Amino acid sequence: MNPDYRPYHPKWFRRRVPIFWWLRQAAYVKFISRELTCLLVAYVAILLLVFVAAVDRGEASYLALVGWLSQPMVVAFHVAVLLGTLFHTVTWLNLAPMALVVKVGGRRVPARAILLGHYFAWVACTIAVAWALVGP
Amino acid sequence: MRARRSREPILWALFGGGGMMAALFLPVLLGVLLVAAPMGWIELVAFADLQVLVRNPLVRLGLFGLVFLSFFHWAHRFRYTLYDGLQLSHLNELIAILTYGVATALSLTAGYLLWSIG
Amino acid sequence: MSDTVTMEVLRYRPEEETEPTYESFEVPVQPEWMILDGLNHIKDQLDGSLSYRWACRMGVCGSCGMLVNGRPVLTCATYMESLLPGPIRVEPLRGFPVIRDLVGDITDFMGKLAAVKPYIVREEEKPVEEGEYLQTPEELAEYKQYSMCINCMLCYSACPIYRIEPDFIGPAAIALAQRYNLDSRDEGAQERMDVLSQHAGIWGCTLVGECSEVCPKDVDPAGAIQRYKVSATVDFFKSVLMPWRKE
Repeated sequence: MNPDYRPYHPKWFRRRVPIFWWLRQAAYVKFISRELTCLLVAYVAILLLVFVAAVDRGEASYLALVGWLSQPMVVAFHVAVLLGTLFHTVTWLNLAPMALVVKVGGRRVPARAILLGHYFAWVACTIAVAWALVGP
Repeated sequence: MRARRSREPILWALFGGGGMMAALFLPVLLGVLLVAAPMGWIELVAFADLQVLVRNPLVRLGLFGLVFLSFFHWAHRFRYTLYDGLQLSHLNELIAILTYGVATALSLTAGYLLWSIG
Repeated sequence: MSDTVTMEVLRYRPEEETEPTYESFEVPVQPEWMILDGLNHIKDQLDGSLSYRWACRMGVCGSCGMLVNGRPVLTCATYMESLLPGPIRVEPLRGFPVIRDLVGDITDFMGKLAAVKPYIVREEEKPVEEGEYLQTPEELAEYKQYSMCINCMLCYSACPIYRIEPDFIGPAAIALAQRYNLDSRDEGAQERMDVLSQHAGIWGCTLVGECSEVCPKDVDPAGAIQRYKVSATVDFFKSVLMPWRKE
C-alpha cells in the first residue's frame, strides 16, 4: 500500500529527464553532435584570423605558422575538425528547405529544388575560394 | 505588443546567417589553407600574392562578415546546447551574457585586427 | 513464427505503489493484430484492471498514443507482427505525468492548445446573409498539411525540449497556430504571434526534428516551427526598419 495515497486525489508519477538524455537515442546523439559543431565553427574562425595576421606580418611569421600547421598531431586534429565542419555543412544545408518557402508565380518551389540550389551554391563557393587561393 | 520586442529574432538571424556562411565557406578555407597547403598536398599562390589578397579591403570586409557571423552562430547554438544538454535554463541570463559577450569580444578583436592590417 | 509474444506493460497503481513496475503478459499473435488489440486482449482476458485510452481504432481520434519499445506511436496503427519476436514494451507517453498505468495527464497540452487560438479569428464577423468565406483550392493547399493534426501528442513525447522545459508550448500547438495563420480566412496571426514569439514559444525549439519523425499524419511540426521563426524574424526587422508601418 502507498501511505501517501488519498482516495479521489490524483497521485501523479513524474519521470525525471536524465542529464545525459542526448545519449539515449541515435537521433538525439546526432542532434547534439550537430549542435556541438558550433565549437568547431568558432575555432576555425579564430584560426583564420591567426592565419591572416601571420600573412600580414610577413613571410617569416607565415612560415612559422605553416610549420606548426604541418605537425602530424596538428594535421590529424585539423582533419577531424574538417570532418566536423563538413558535418555542419551537410546538416545545415539539409535543413534549409524546412525553413524556406519560396514561391515562383504563385507556385511553391519543391523542397528538392531548394535543397539542390543550396548544394549548388556550396559547390560554387568552394570552387571560387579554391581558385582564388590556388590560382588557375 | 511588448512581447514582439524580444531580442530573439536578431539573435536567431545572426545564428542563421553565421550557420549559412560557415556551411558555405569554412570547409574550403580550412581544407585548403590550414590542412592541404601546409602539408604540401596543394600549392598556394606565391606568398606575395597571398599577402596582397589578404590586405585587399574587400577580402578583409568579407572575412570580417564571415568570422563575426560565425562567432554569433557559435554563441547562439552553444547557449541553447547548455540550456538543453545540461538542463541549465535557470541560468538563462548568465549563460546569455557569457556566450554573446564572448562573441562580441571576439568580433571586436577581429574587427580591430582586420582594420589595422594592410 | 511464435504463437504468443510477451508484452511488458508499465503498471502504476498509485493507491498501491509509489513507483511504476512492469508486468509481463503472454499475448497471442494474430496477423492482423495491432498493439492496441494486444492491450484489449489483456484487459478482456487477463487483467481487467489495466488502464489506457483508446477510441476509434483507425488512427483518427489520437487517443491511443503510447511508447512502444521506446518510440512514440499510435498503438492502433502499429502491427504486433512488426515487433516480433518481442518482448514488446508498452509505456505511457513521455513528457506527461502518469495518472495510472498507461494514462497520462494531458491538462498541460490542452491549455497550450487553447493558448494559440486554434480556430478562425476575424476582426469583424461577416453577417450570415453575406454567405460563406470562400477559399480557392490553392489557398486550401497552403495550410492543408498542418490541418491533418489529430492532437495525439506523439510529437510532445518525442520532443526532449518539452520534457526539459515544461513551459515550451510544443510542436503540435505551434503547427496548429501555423495552420490558422496560413488560412486565407483568418486574421488572428498577430494575436498568436504575441503568444509564440516568446522563449517558451518558437524560440525554445532547437530543431531536434524528432516531432516530425514520429508524426503519424506527416504534419511536419518541426518545419512549421522553422517557418514561424523566419516569419517572426522578417516581421521583427520590418517593424524596426519601418516603424511607421501599422502594427
